[in-house]
Amino acid sequence: MELDPDDVFRDEDEDPENDFFQEKEASKEFVVYLIDASPKMFSSTCHSEEEDKQESHFHIAVSCIAQSLKSHIINRSNDEIAFCFFNTREKKNLQDLNGVYVFNVPERECIDRPTARLIKEFDLIEESFDKDIGSQTGIVSDSRENSLYSALWVAQALLRKGSSKTADKRMFLFTNEDDPFGNMRISVKEDMTRTTLQRAKDAQDLGISIELLPLSQPDKQFNIILFYKDLIGLNSDELTEFMPSVGQKLEDMKDQLKKRVLAKRIAKRITFMICDGLSIELNGYALLRPAIPGSITWLDSTTNLPVKVERSYICTDTGAIMQGLIQRIQPYKNQNVMFTMEELSQVKRISTGHLRLLGFKPLNCLKDYHNLKPSTFLYPSDKEVIGSTRAFIALHRSMIQLQRFAVAFYGGTTPPRLVALVAQEEIESDGGQVEPPGMNMIYLPYANDIRDVEELHSKPGVAAPRPSDDQLKKASALMRRLELNDFSVCQFANPALQRHYAILQAIALDENELRDTRDETLPDEEGMNRPAVVKAIEQFKQSIYGDDPDEESDSGAKDKTRKRKACNADDVKYDYIELAKTGKLKDLTVVELKTYLTANNLPVGGKKEVLINRILTHIGK
Amino acid sequence: MARNREGLVLLIDVGPAMHSVLPDVEKACSLLLQKKLIYNKYDEVGIVVFGTEETGNELAREIGGYEHVTVLRNIRVVDEVVAEHVKQLPRGTVAGDFLDAVIVEMDMLIKMYSAGQKGKKRMCLITNAACPTKDPFEGTKDDQVSTIATKMAAEGIKMESIVMRSNLIGDAHEKVIEENDHLLNLFSSNAIAKTVNVESPLSLLGSLKTRRVAPVTLFRGDLEINPTMKIKVWVYKKVAEERLSTLQLYSDKAPPTDKFAKHEVKIDYDYKVTAESTQVIAPEERVKGFRYGPQVIPISPDEIETLKFKTDKGMKLLGFTEASNILRHYYMKDVNIVVPDPSKEKSVLAVSAIAREMKETNKVAIVRCVWRNGQDNVVVGVLTPNVSEREDTPDSFYFNVLPFAEDVREFPFPSFNKLPSSWKPDEQQQAVADNLVKMLDLAPSAKEEVLLPDLTPNPVLQRFYEYLELKSKSTDAALPPMDETFKRIMEQDPELSSNNKSIMDAFRGSFEVKENPKLKKASKRLLRDKPSGSDDEDNRMITYDANKHKIDIVGDANPIQDFEAMISRRDNHDWAIKAITQMKKRIVKLVENCTDEGDKALECVLALRKGCVLEQEPKQFNEFLNHLFELCQERKLSHFLKHFTSKKITLIPKSEAPDSDVVDENADDYFTVKQEPMLES
Repeated sequence: MELDPDDVFRDEDEDPENDFFQEKEASKEFVVYLIDASPKMFSSTCHSEEEDKQESHFHIAVSCIAQSLKSHIINRSNDEIAFCFFNTREKKNLQDLNGVYVFNVPERECIDRPTARLIKEFDLIEESFDKDIGSQTGIVSDSRENSLYSALWVAQALLRKGSSKTADKRMFLFTNEDDPFGNMRISVKEDMTRTTLQRAKDAQDLGISIELLPLSQPDKQFNIILFYKDLIGLNSDELTEFMPSVGQKLEDMKDQLKKRVLAKRIAKRITFMICDGLSIELNGYALLRPAIPGSITWLDSTTNLPVKVERSYICTDTGAIMQGLIQRIQPYKNQNVMFTMEELSQVKRISTGHLRLLGFKPLNCLKDYHNLKPSTFLYPSDKEVIGSTRAFIALHRSMIQLQRFAVAFYGGTTPPRLVALVAQEEIESDGGQVEPPGMNMIYLPYANDIRDVEELHSKPGVAAPRPSDDQLKKASALMRRLELNDFSVCQFANPALQRHYAILQAIALDENELRDTRDETLPDEEGMNRPAVVKAIEQFKQSIYGDDPDEESDSGAKDKTRKRKACNADDVKYDYIELAKTGKLKDLTVVELKTYLTANNLPVGGKKEVLINRILTHIGK
Repeated sequence: MARNREGLVLLIDVGPAMHSVLPDVEKACSLLLQKKLIYNKYDEVGIVVFGTEETGNELAREIGGYEHVTVLRNIRVVDEVVAEHVKQLPRGTVAGDFLDAVIVEMDMLIKMYSAGQKGKKRMCLITNAACPTKDPFEGTKDDQVSTIATKMAAEGIKMESIVMRSNLIGDAHEKVIEENDHLLNLFSSNAIAKTVNVESPLSLLGSLKTRRVAPVTLFRGDLEINPTMKIKVWVYKKVAEERLSTLQLYSDKAPPTDKFAKHEVKIDYDYKVTAESTQVIAPEERVKGFRYGPQVIPISPDEIETLKFKTDKGMKLLGFTEASNILRHYYMKDVNIVVPDPSKEKSVLAVSAIAREMKETNKVAIVRCVWRNGQDNVVVGVLTPNVSEREDTPDSFYFNVLPFAEDVREFPFPSFNKLPSSWKPDEQQQAVADNLVKMLDLAPSAKEEVLLPDLTPNPVLQRFYEYLELKSKSTDAALPPMDETFKRIMEQDPELSSNNKSIMDAFRGSFEVKENPKLKKASKRLLRDKPSGSDDEDNRMITYDANKHKIDIVGDANPIQDFEAMISRRDNHDWAIKAITQMKKRIVKLVENCTDEGDKALECVLALRKGCVLEQEPKQFNEFLNHLFELCQERKLSHFLKHFTSKKITLIPKSEAPDSDVVDENADDYFTVKQEPMLES
């Protein structure tokens, strides 16, 4: 029987962090993308690194959103989103306002969860944009048309859905016009500015946050002071802090949107006890967690409706169904020692869950193999304990300056662990923050989690071969040639995950062809084939292997443990068909049965009966 | 002995100098044997002690000499008896000669197992190596040790020496120690032997590898630099979490008379159309569905098979980059180790050349790995050099998994520089923090690095096996308190803290924290977390002992702290009532005995009031206050009542506790109203 492995093997007391995280994620978000479609968005261009050509601002905005949409449907498919273009020729909105077009696809409300179809059609929007929607400046001084005002109104109306208590509501505004009412008569300008700001303020008062993603002209920076500063409600202090460096490149824009779309969620509140009588408050964030293809839902293949899975525990002796908490046993000393679930959880409960400082060590004490699972990021909070941030910053600075990390005991995981707290300085680039300032909590293994593999490979008294100076020099040349330019840790998309979602999308949309997914993790063949690189590799190879590279000298005896050779048909000693007919397969040993299975490329797992059945089925064919 | 079994001889120094650490040695060894009983029950174990008054070993009987070495148990399959035995090691009377003991032990192993026999032969020496060794009959000690070591290597005997050096007193001769260390080193270089020096009982517990895991390669194949240059490597797990064993489910349904009952529980899954229906769907009628937005998309196994991402086994080098480019916190998983194929000398060389050059130039390699054919996904990771200090160990790489773009959730956080200055430390505070980071040092140069992960045992596992042992003797055994030794993992070392007391005090003084008064509910939570005694107390309360440290009575000395601790106990609601009742008694006593100020009584009343508000027991307090008032009148303790007024102690009104039947205005002038008539009388 096939089962969802996640379900069967799930540890009873898996890291509570996971549950906590999921619970938080369950809260919903409503997002409206407001996209300026004025002619200026089409005429202005900027340079794209990827395609190495000039791209229109409109293209940048749309492709950023398309990308973020794809991650939305994967990571946060409960969120509801809407697209709203303004400065359009056509209009489409409930309020019937000019110059605003709410984009949607069938079988979906205007603001709703993203569907495969929405993603697909949005991907293609540029092709049909001119025909269906059209671009037209919608701010006209004479007629007092104000498309920005209308767009805010429409967006706010869309966001009326859902309670603001349980959901976050946000607007993302993409524009390259920093002064929308700039070339108007003063009186009209003032009037329009005032009403537009009031509209934005009304929205904000309803708990909607407005976020601006500005695009700059190559020759002219987007000046936020002119108008938008008031619209998004920044005061002068915050201007520098929250205002991202204005997007010049497509990549920067993508980064920014990615960072802002994910709302910051506290994974865990942690009390950090520095010494007796001094505890500060920290928040833990899960900034790195492996993304997985989501859980499996079993469906009835005839109706495609979800199947209800019921798990029951059955006593093998009596066939009775077991209710309630079942006792556990550990065979030990010829008896079964019994534990109740309560007792087991008591054993594991050895700590209050706090983070307790134990001391400091130099950074070089933290070895590369001192790692178990993804780290947790810590940032201080003064919300409950005033003074936390100050103490944290002081320790953070000292640790960076003295190149030390803190060792602490963290009771918030099962089992509680020793952790290393490594202070991380803020790193910024053009695109904004690369590494946030704070500490990373690294979970350390215990003695028994570490294996001494090196010892296994030592030959006592026999010196291991070491490279000569020439070989080292060749290695060094090789490394210089194979240096990766601008490598950043998470630059690769997960190819299997990409493929998985491409399959889902194709099936969901009944497409015949699979969206092309590129495996970015493969070596750069072109680069590897550059003559200089090939030469460096060749020289290194020559220095190690000499002239005859295929002749690997075997030092010492052939490894004895490695001998399970693939069996070929010659090894088959029995007439399996005959045995099967007479029902004598069961007289063979498991090894003999497996010989047949391997010879016929069948799986060799399972109990003897299973193996016999598999052979019978095979012969039956 | 079968291939995957181990023959182990424990060789334990029980001389007088070792007595203080023997309880910990017993603990470590018994854990080792306990685990053998569960996981490797066919392993064979012998125990030899040295430093005993008497002598009892075969070599002494056969050829004489080898005094004060006693074989407690010959090598046999591990059983309950030996697990018990090791917990009661004899206390010796003479300083033992570890060389003699090693020879005896080797003799046992050789006699027991012939050289050609498969399986692992391991000896484990636990000593302080502080006692002089005898000179051999001929040649030097060095020669003797080399001979033994070579013999050991030839016989395939592994040696593990744990040298306990915590309690070296002045009388231990430096020269002897130096010589012994030298001899132990000789073992290391001539045999498969390693020496671990430990200073604390905790690292002693951690230094003995109690769980034997047969190393299995994850991958054997090529590390491909490019299609023409390939290095043969093997990949193992370097770190893998040792989990609590998965306990089986137990069914007690079978009648007690059924002797053949298996008591097993089977887990059954039923797939139904709806929860109510009884119609079960056959496996072939089911199809896997994956969530995609609001839809669940069915995919048949065939579709998955043909469309899924396909991988080919192999490790491919992508290139090299600066080590500083890969921040430590990007390591995603437990760690692997990439070692060159031991039979390929050239591969050993190639790995060594690259590893050494990487270390020299601070570079790391980025690789793309598929461990098995048809694996669902690829892994991108970083190779860091593991250059060996031992001559006879080949160099290798550590491999850590790096995140994919999808795995990162980048949130912007405010820069520290941009925070308001009231949130930032000033110069003096920074200096205090610098001092703390410098002085609370766990890796002082002169001593052992404390809490080295490689020598720190897992407290939960330790506790489980201890409990298991107790339970095997009596089913209703209570959970033992946390072992004292493990406090070193869970709390600051008291010695280190007291040495740095002034620094800690300065830190505490410079960084005052207070609960945010605006957050009522939250502060309540914090108060519960740490009663005003010290947060440490609370920690211990829950951690170590079910009863010993828990406050269950409001004492004379610190009534307020006791009260707070007691009222915040959450194991039973009765504690709150008990605390209130006891506090009342205590206050009455204080008031009655009061001669002068009565400050203490007042403070107690205040604490009681606070507690009653928190616990929402206004009636308890209000009635008591009335009672107290009457009492004071009765005893003519008017000065006490004046205090009450001056400290503004009032009844608990409705606004503070909804259950109260006192209206706010009445609460405030309680004393003023009531007091007037009394003063007049």
